[in-house]
Amino acid sequence: MNYVPLSWIDLAAAAVLIVFNGMLSWVLRLGLERSIALATVRMVVQLGAVGFVLKFIFEQTSPLLTAAMALVMVAVAGHEVLARQEARVGGWTAYGIGTGTLFFVGLVATLYSMTVIIGPEPWYAPRYVLPILGMVLGNTLTGISLVFNTITQAARRDRAAIEARLALGETRFGATSSVVVHGVKTGLMPILNAMAATGIVMLPGMMTGQILAGIDPVEAAKYQIMIMFVIAASTALGVILAAIGGAWLITDARHRLRVAALGLT
Amino acid sequence: MLRVEKLKVGMLPPLTFEVAASECLSIEGPSGSGKTLLLRAIADLDDAEGYVFLDGAERREISAPVWRRRVRYFAAEPGWWAATARDHFPADVDAGRLDRLLDASGLRAGLLDQPTGQLSTGERLRMALVRGLIDEPRVLLLDEPTAALDAQSAALVDELIRFQLLAGRVVLLVSHDPAEIDRLAHQRLQLGAVKRPAAGFGRLLPDGSAAR
Repeated sequence: MNYVPLSWIDLAAAAVLIVFNGMLSWVLRLGLERSIALATVRMVVQLGAVGFVLKFIFEQTSPLLTAAMALVMVAVAGHEVLARQEARVGGWTAYGIGTGTLFFVGLVATLYSMTVIIGPEPWYAPRYVLPILGMVLGNTLTGISLVFNTITQAARRDRAAIEARLALGETRFGATSSVVVHGVKTGLMPILNAMAATGIVMLPGMMTGQILAGIDPVEAAKYQIMIMFVIAASTALGVILAAIGGAWLITDARHRLRVAALGLT
Repeated sequence: MLRVEKLKVGMLPPLTFEVAASECLSIEGPSGSGKTLLLRAIADLDDAEGYVFLDGAERREISAPVWRRRVRYFAAEPGWWAATARDHFPADVDAGRLDRLLDASGLRAGLLDQPTGQLSTGERLRMALVRGLIDEPRVLLLDEPTAALDAQSAALVDELIRFQLLAGRVVLLVSHDPAEIDRLAHQRLQLGAVKRPAAGFGRLLPDGSAAR
């Protein structure tokens, strides 16, 4: 590998650039100085901390430590799903469904990538496990948030249709099927668009990173293609599970639409 | 026989009443008095304290979809989820029965294959009636079945309801049309603050329930 390591002075030189943002805000009286400063400090502290934490975990190569870090990532991603909801339905149950889905999808996707596709030594090598899990979680959580949002919105809009089907004797999953299909389609849209547009407008972050680190671009592309397949499959699995969970969430055990929870009363 | 016992709906006092097969109970009261909520609670579309029995079986003893196949709620503004009216019927629907019901409601068979959005309000209302009667539910909970209909269509629907009564169905009817109530109802249930005893077949008990 022939990448150029960055010195602290190099970083300082880059930090000068953010000062330009601050000056722009001051000159144009945007009043964003505080936000810029806060965002800058958060970014530096968070990325720095992640760098040191990952370095520590990579040096240990402990399965326990890797699993602990993976769980933290899943929990935070689950929280992010709810934070992106315009109207929360279900509270802790929704968190449970979102996080449970992310956990399951992350586990399956990472295990498959480690044992069948990449095969590092040992198979739980955190240098491979954690970045791949991160990419899987990031994309799946986008899909799941979209599914939840779409399903609650569509259920509000189509209340009469759903309740008509329930009144005719359909089950909670039969009556919400069109809403669920709508949710799955919407949840899959970002990853399908990303696959179609990737490489033309922008190089994916991981591929860029590998190229900067001195990897042959063709090898980097192969890695990126592999990752895209993993992410697409994970998102599809996560979106379908979340859609079924969403249908379950907006209905109750007596096959009723939970109109109060949807804010319809 | 449909028996409602101590059913707690909205702000209303607990309701207790019985409607036998081939009988029609009209439910009256000002807007917002809970007529629709009562019908929804009987169909188990809303959670409500109290009991609803159909021939001795309480609703919670039966799976909700099965209950609603026997105790059918007909919304005042029926919902549609597929492209054409025909898509709202089971694929193995009895064609002869469907034709007869359409005919009795004054609907042309051709309407089945038009987009539901192109049907008029009255046609949609009657189509929803056909859709809900095709699998022969035992109890019909009708929420203003004729409110949006012209006199001629309303008369057809009334005739259809009368036919259902002859076939042994239990009918609960929410209507704002006194003439329709007079023609169809055997019992009357008055909801809301109005204290006057309902004329005719039923009377109001002090706890708000009706007796014959």
